[in-house]
Amino acid sequence: MPIINHQRVQLSHGSGGRMSAELIDKLFLPRFGNPILNRLEDQATLDIGPGRLAFTTDSFVVDPIFFPGGDIGDLAINGTVNDIAVSGAKPLFLSAAFILEEGLPMLDLHRILVSMEIAAKNAGVVIVTGDTKVVNIGSCDKIFINTTGIGMIPEGTMISAASLKPGDAIIVSGTLGDHGMAIMTSRKGLSFQSRILSDTAPLNHLVDAMLAVSKNIHALRDPTRGGVAATLNEWAKASNLGIVIDEEKIPVREEVRAACEILGIDPLYVANEGKLVAAVPEEWAERIISSMKSHPQGKNSAIIGRVVEDHRGMVTIRTALRVERIVDMPLGEQLPRIC
Amino acid sequence: MKFIDEYRDPEVAATIIAEIHKTVTRPWVIMEICGGQTHAIVRNGIDQVLPKEIELVHGPGCPVCVTPLELIDKAIAIARMPDIIFTSFGDMLRVPGSEKDLFIAKSEGADVRIVYSPLEAVKIARENPEKQVVFFAVGFETTAPGNAMAVLQADREHLDNFSILASHVLVPPAINAILSSPENRVQGFLAAGHVCAVMGWEEYEPLAQKYKVPMVPTGFEPIDILEGILMVTKMLEAGTYEVQNQYKRIVHRQGNPAAQKAMFTVFEIIDRTWRGIGEIPASGLQVKDNFATFDAEKKFEVSGINTKESEKCLSGRILQGLIKPGQCPVFGNDCTPEHPLGATMVSSEGACAAYYSYQRTR
Ligand code: SF4
Repeated sequence: MPIINHQRVQLSHGSGGRMSAELIDKLFLPRFGNPILNRLEDQATLDIGPGRLAFTTDSFVVDPIFFPGGDIGDLAINGTVNDIAVSGAKPLFLSAAFILEEGLPMLDLHRILVSMEIAAKNAGVVIVTGDTKVVNIGSCDKIFINTTGIGMIPEGTMISAASLKPGDAIIVSGTLGDHGMAIMTSRKGLSFQSRILSDTAPLNHLVDAMLAVSKNIHALRDPTRGGVAATLNEWAKASNLGIVIDEEKIPVREEVRAACEILGIDPLYVANEGKLVAAVPEEWAERIISSMKSHPQGKNSAIIGRVVEDHRGMVTIRTALRVERIVDMPLGEQLPRIC
Repeated sequence: MKFIDEYRDPEVAATIIAEIHKTVTRPWVIMEICGGQTHAIVRNGIDQVLPKEIELVHGPGCPVCVTPLELIDKAIAIARMPDIIFTSFGDMLRVPGSEKDLFIAKSEGADVRIVYSPLEAVKIARENPEKQVVFFAVGFETTAPGNAMAVLQADREHLDNFSILASHVLVPPAINAILSSPENRVQGFLAAGHVCAVMGWEEYEPLAQKYKVPMVPTGFEPIDILEGILMVTKMLEAGTYEVQNQYKRIVHRQGNPAAQKAMFTVFEIIDRTWRGIGEIPASGLQVKDNFATFDAEKKFEVSGINTKESEKCLSGRILQGLIKPGQCPVFGNDCTPEHPLGATMVSSEGACAAYYSYQRTR
């Protein structure tokens, strides 16, 4: 069944004319439709109630656009939902803006929109406004998606990197590096196949479960690009405290470790899309962990380290040989090595 | 899900460490030849758990570090030519040439692409017949067979738009050069496990005998390296000097004959300059004349290259185990991974970068 009269995206689909309308009516509205979006105004008018507002935006340009465990669509929803969720806010509304490359198969676009629909439903957010542009072949890579989100931070929640306290437990919500390695090992040309799946998932429900135990969570972050190493380094600098993590406690899937080993990449630096790092007061750590573990997104949660007063501004790791060394801020993109 | 695997098991490690402490009675200098091992040693803190008598020094086994500046400049010049797709492993992109690196060339419009295998570069050549595709073939004996296979594949397919810019070096001549130097301090070697997986370890035996230096092909996990150090130490203490194999699960005496065959079908041995060290006889590979159409150096005329190394950089002495990174006066101040003066600070496997990333507090 043709989902739309054209098999591929054409420049006219971004013209604002009849073909644009067809794209919106046949593809976008059936997936994302809701009373606010259906008004098709130039802006969404939102009723958000009292409290502080959390507001974020992110652009998604991932290659390949389909990868084991997800695609650019669920990434675009989850990424923005998670950026809001780690402020302790309840994510409410999203915008979605698309830049489509002329020639993109309509079926691929459809598949991506379905993923977005499902991801938005899972996260409990609605897409209330959007935009579509079509550019000439070669002017973008298949599809770029920008999502912006807003959410409400309840009274009394004050999560920020500067709130770290000595003694805080550093928690990760599960195995590290799955998303980044799923992308890397699914790029064409890599001589091995892996079964590594992206961990793309919304974190707001997990954050709810944590906040239900205690409002007193000091810092939260979804460690995307730069991985946990980048997040912890930013925290150490922002709070001017030290962080020590323990290599033996860091959960990493065996396949991810093996792939990292082959490519010469450290899982601590690899991107995650459905994991969070938290700094929580010592006295709450055990209870928070057990509530996380009873949640599907947090079943492999682990305390991996502590905030300390030593080596302020710096992160160190205790290796398997029980020696401490620096975990540096990543320099740039992770580059696979030669041998 | 495993938090830690058998080659990093803390209990096993502790037993080996204790045995090394028991074995050692006097000072020894041991070199790990391979940059991958240097990285693993510093990253895991192996140097910190050894008895103070054992000094680990780091060898020239980082292919990125020893690739001559001139060749990097050539790579950049070729990449900037019109209608070229220049392909390379990721870690070569950040190595500075005299003026810029491949990343900068890419941002200025050169078509530079990261590939994960040389066969991927062949594929790009197949799919882009109107372009010339060049692969930067860097590495030791480990990567040479794969690069040779790529040339053979391109030859079979008559792809006249594929070529490699070869920068291959061989380990045993470098060991020979280090041991024959009047300044040499190295008394035992951890040989590179991956190199030996291809070449075997027969060719190390005459070296071990000639210089009375024990050598142990060793893997890359903490337990591998600790075991390798223990094996070398035992021989040093006993006054024996043979080649013993630690990396039995991967390395065999004869190596991998099929890989060697591919390698020597395409390449021949030549004298070669190592960045920071200078010329070492019979230490490199170049593309044979009958495959000249696949040799980017012959195919593309690159002239007017004037290399200039930083005068402050002591990486040559570091690569020969004569000094440690911290002994370079500009280490960590004028020279950092963000602003590297020498290749050993650029490649993550270079000794300077490894010390900077993991140990700069000390
Ligand atoms: S610290 Fe920098 S300048 Fe000194 S030897 Fe290392 S790379 Fe060269």
